[in-house]
Amino acid sequence: MRIDIPIRTSAPKPDLVPPASLNAPSASPLIEVSNLDLHYGTTRALKNIGIQMHGHVVTAFIGPSGCGKSTLLRCLNRMNDLIDGVRIRGSVKIAGHDIYGKDIDVIELRKRVGMVFQKSNPFPKSIYENIAYGLRLHGIRKKSEIDAIIERSLRAAALWDEVKDRLHRSAMGLSGGQQQRVCIARAIAIEPEVILMDEPASALDPIATARIEELILDLRKQFTIVIVTHNMQQAARISDYTAFFYLGELIEYDTTRKMFTNPSKKQTEDYVTGRFG
Amino acid sequence: MALHFEQELEALKTALLTMASHAEVVVSRAIQALVNRDDDLARQVQEEDSAIDRLEVEVDEQAIQLLAKAPLATDLRFIAVSMKISHDLERVGDEATTISRRSIELSKEPPLKDYVDIPHMAAIAISMLKDALDAFVARDSAKARAIIPLDKEVDRLNKQFHNALISFMIKDSETISRCLNLMVVSKSLERVADHATNVAEEVVYLCEAQDIRHSGGGAGASASTSRPTG
Repeated sequence: MRIDIPIRTSAPKPDLVPPASLNAPSASPLIEVSNLDLHYGTTRALKNIGIQMHGHVVTAFIGPSGCGKSTLLRCLNRMNDLIDGVRIRGSVKIAGHDIYGKDIDVIELRKRVGMVFQKSNPFPKSIYENIAYGLRLHGIRKKSEIDAIIERSLRAAALWDEVKDRLHRSAMGLSGGQQQRVCIARAIAIEPEVILMDEPASALDPIATARIEELILDLRKQFTIVIVTHNMQQAARISDYTAFFYLGELIEYDTTRKMFTNPSKKQTEDYVTGRFG
Repeated sequence: MALHFEQELEALKTALLTMASHAEVVVSRAIQALVNRDDDLARQVQEEDSAIDRLEVEVDEQAIQLLAKAPLATDLRFIAVSMKISHDLERVGDEATTISRRSIELSKEPPLKDYVDIPHMAAIAISMLKDALDAFVARDSAKARAIIPLDKEVDRLNKQFHNALISFMIKDSETISRCLNLMVVSKSLERVADHATNVAEEVVYLCEAQDIRHSGGGAGASASTSRPTG
């Protein structure tokens, strides 16, 4: 794997910035992606992406399969580093720091930018250990402190009442929705600034999905959330901003309200009304 | 091949246009009944109202079914607007019924000598309604916007007729019941124009996603949501 940082060969184009309606115009963006190109081998999966996202909002990435939305999401905490043959050009800044800079500690980055995946992936350990593991990894050893964070995280993930009496039982015995909330609790326990979610509810039933969506809306107060979803109604329900991608390009980025009632680009209109994609 | 969803949208549009056609016809017939003192025609108008009511229920039912499929963007606006337009058209039907009732009352007495120019006012209101529905069919925002200022003219005529009818009543108490009936007719036509304005505003929203109701910029007042009492 090779990472090219940040050599700009394609013509720079202006980043799409979130409209000011939901953010103070003076606030600087928390996440700034500029002229980002990504290749998987010879396939150019992201084409000159420029987008800025503010803190404490939920941004949804939508688009047909293969449009690059998950790839861009994974660029935000360098998960693509783990894939062979990936080449990245451009810049991704979080809180002003280029996360592809040479001085970046990737482990530290992933602590600040947590991730929840499509398929819940709890460790084959107890509910307690699922959360405690990451805390210990980040140097928290005191049991009372770990206990307090576990309770706080499980409460924040709306799971505490359901599992408080069986914290030391295997997380694998929980339902799919509960497992996903364990993963969210695990992600928020280490207090990231940003939580990336890659179709976190796509494998869940409507009740479990509704709980995850409620949770996302609650977590927005504390964290910045970027979510990839194929479910446009879900994006409409939970996100403040929506970005539409197609064939590796960012086509349109605006408030969710605008994107789902009156998108500016025909491609977006056609996609959200189910006429292509 | 059209998507099933598109076919359902088309069916909704057809139901709405059927309703629109009935609404236009009943207002024209109500005025015709009034002018020609034709009680049979007036009674036909009243019978027609239940067909419009049934169509309103049908349009709303289809719209609810479509909303359950979680439409977005233009589709969402179209369905929301269809429900509102059907509501306006149902009210137009009610106004036609009111006019026809008053027409039957008026035909029991001799006509007033200096009849206020109800047909002129009716022509403007009916043409506003027709144009608003044409704009809906053609999704023509400019045409819809052009209708909105006409509402002021209908308001002005209503006020003018109102004052003229008060003068009649002061001069000759024998005309009171006829004048009151004509006042109701004039008010009903003014409401038809309000509903046409509402439809025009909905068409602008459908085309531009811009809500121009109550914006004051010549858009005119929206129709009252209270049912007519005549």
